[in-house]
Amino acid sequence: MTPITGTKRKVVLGLGNILNRDEGLGIQALRLLEPRSGDFPEFEFLDGGVLGLNLLMLVEECSHLLLLDSVDAKKPAGMVIELSKEKIPLYSGIKMSQHQVTFQEVLGLANIRGNLPENLYLIGIQPEDLSVGLGLSVRVEEALPQVVERAIAVLNNWK
Amino acid sequence: MAQRIVIDPITRIEGHLRIEASLDATNKITAAYSSGTMVRGIEKILVGRDPREAWAFAQRACGVCTTVHSFASIRSVEDALGIKIPKAANLIRNLMIAQQYVHDHVMHFYHLHALDWVDVVSCLKADPAQTSTIQQQISSWPNSSPSYFKGIQNKVQAIVDSGQLSIFANAYWGHPAYKLPPEINLLAVAHYLEALDWQRDATKIHTIFGGKNPHPNFVVGGVPMPIDPNSDTALNAERLSIINDSIEKMIAFVDQVYLPDLLAIAPYYLEYGSVGEGLGNFLTWGEFPGENNSDVSQFLVPRAVILNRDLSHIEQPDPRDFARMQEFVSRSWYNYNGGNDKGLHPWKGETRFNYTGPKPPYDYLDVEKQYSWLKAPRWAETPMEVGPLARVLAMYAGGHEQTKELVNFILSSLNVPITAVFSTLGRTAARAVETKVFADAMRVYYDDLVAEIKAGNTKTFDDSKWEPTTWPLHAEGFGYMEAPRGALGHWIVIEGGKIKNYQMVVPTTWNGSPRDHKDQPGAYEASLVGHTLAKPEWPLEVLRTIHSFDPCMACAIHMIDANGDKVSETATGLDICFR
Repeated sequence: MTPITGTKRKVVLGLGNILNRDEGLGIQALRLLEPRSGDFPEFEFLDGGVLGLNLLMLVEECSHLLLLDSVDAKKPAGMVIELSKEKIPLYSGIKMSQHQVTFQEVLGLANIRGNLPENLYLIGIQPEDLSVGLGLSVRVEEALPQVVERAIAVLNNWK
Repeated sequence: MAQRIVIDPITRIEGHLRIEASLDATNKITAAYSSGTMVRGIEKILVGRDPREAWAFAQRACGVCTTVHSFASIRSVEDALGIKIPKAANLIRNLMIAQQYVHDHVMHFYHLHALDWVDVVSCLKADPAQTSTIQQQISSWPNSSPSYFKGIQNKVQAIVDSGQLSIFANAYWGHPAYKLPPEINLLAVAHYLEALDWQRDATKIHTIFGGKNPHPNFVVGGVPMPIDPNSDTALNAERLSIINDSIEKMIAFVDQVYLPDLLAIAPYYLEYGSVGEGLGNFLTWGEFPGENNSDVSQFLVPRAVILNRDLSHIEQPDPRDFARMQEFVSRSWYNYNGGNDKGLHPWKGETRFNYTGPKPPYDYLDVEKQYSWLKAPRWAETPMEVGPLARVLAMYAGGHEQTKELVNFILSSLNVPITAVFSTLGRTAARAVETKVFADAMRVYYDDLVAEIKAGNTKTFDDSKWEPTTWPLHAEGFGYMEAPRGALGHWIVIEGGKIKNYQMVVPTTWNGSPRDHKDQPGAYEASLVGHTLAKPEWPLEVLRTIHSFDPCMACAIHMIDANGDKVSETATGLDICFR
């Protein structure tokens, strides 16, 4: 329970499962953003997959953390959704069970431990198709460039 | 985006485990049915791809346990092509696999299973001085002062006061089946929190050997990290010393925290030494190869089948045996071309969906017909349990001295007979036993690796069969992997340089399988019969036994009382991945 001190990491973290189409849009967005990584040498661009609790250490080591993820905001599919630090729910109380460690719970745990990244931001898209398969739905695919553009704006702001 | 919205990031679950159980008038379970309610279908994604890149897709079949699927995948290709990996590469793989066990089992014990036995909120009533005394009696772990435990209490109090129990929420606090005194609850909660910090050191091995973390790299033919004592980017002296330090910290936690805690908690739950057995049949594919990665006789964990609890006789199963290694679908939502009453070997396996279940949302599945997305894997048409208990029994029956000593030590410490190993308690203890065995084995693998490097044997990659031009037109391979949850197998068929068929039989499919063509239950189904529930609307006893298998899926439990009315529907995540 020791707060982390010393050098902090700056990370862009793609989340999701690429085998369930739009569920993996965060990873696809990350891949689209990576060619621009040269403009942001102090940032790491990482594929967090669906590693759950295994990502806690990484999260706690960050001073800046930009999340790219699919977000169910009950909006039309393909809508880009942005959440600043204070708007990201740190855990979903009702749906959560003690062992389904979603990424929100990872953030909640980091918060309780006093290690939530100082700068935290989420850019996501409302998904449409979560079935088994590799490609994205058309509406999500079309929204990806907008996510990349917004991500670059956020990173420039954090420079 | 100024407006405030309700959001719900998509839940990361690879499959949902659903248990339907029937209770008699005394709240005793008379029959149980286990169903995977989410389809996988990874096999379909892999057909037509380059076998060398299959691991990168296969590893995502389970969100959390990426390492085990990666290894099973590259081993299947190596087996098909007859690739012998260099000795140093094998030692590095053994270190990565052993690390995975230690990390996974400790996290399972403290972050999943402990919450079934430890009442977190009760720790607020503990006397920290007494907890300190207990800690100092059971081990030499340094975090043992009364003020240390008082500090833990304060942290839990702050979490409770904040109304954000977070990861502790939704457990059945106050359930009458919780038996630990507050002081031991406090001890366990302290170690729950410590384990989160401990894993920081425990994962360094994967970061180094895999080149990156998360999602380290894998390669058919060896390991991707070269060894060069003089290079900054290779495995060098500095990195070796980090690994050495990480191993020390893992062993210390297992010896001074995990094992003592198990022995401190178990005496309060000895009744679980006679329930939750299940099948009495066990299967392992074996793990930790020696110098030759395909020589089963050199494995630390033997490849074994044990039938009817008979530890005097172990049979070595052949994963290539078309007549014995089969998957059945007569109670699953699939169609086989040749009829659904016959089993298929995975090389001939088919993945054709045929959902005949009710349209969601529904109250009950029709368990007399097809009721699961899991197939029913069988060995010689017999259901098998896989996992830590199977492995420990295989090592025990195979004469592994340290395993025998540890098992006998735990049995005598708890004063229970050998038959107690066939139970929920036995499965839970087996997980700790193998954690100790594999943690200690890391020390040996590390020393061997250092000796190899000193002798100049620094090759970590065999490229002789890398180019598809060197491959036969047709090849079949089996990739074994004892995942922390149990025997995992990937069966691959390569034709013309591409994947022609790919089938995974994952531990949770063995253990969580539905009934089969002979109406034989799977391991979960068999293990739950006979449990009596103190409060059926809070089926804690069911969770204890299902969690002892370490399932790889989230779970919704349905309880049906004697009149057929629904008692409870509890969305209870058992775990976060599917394998």
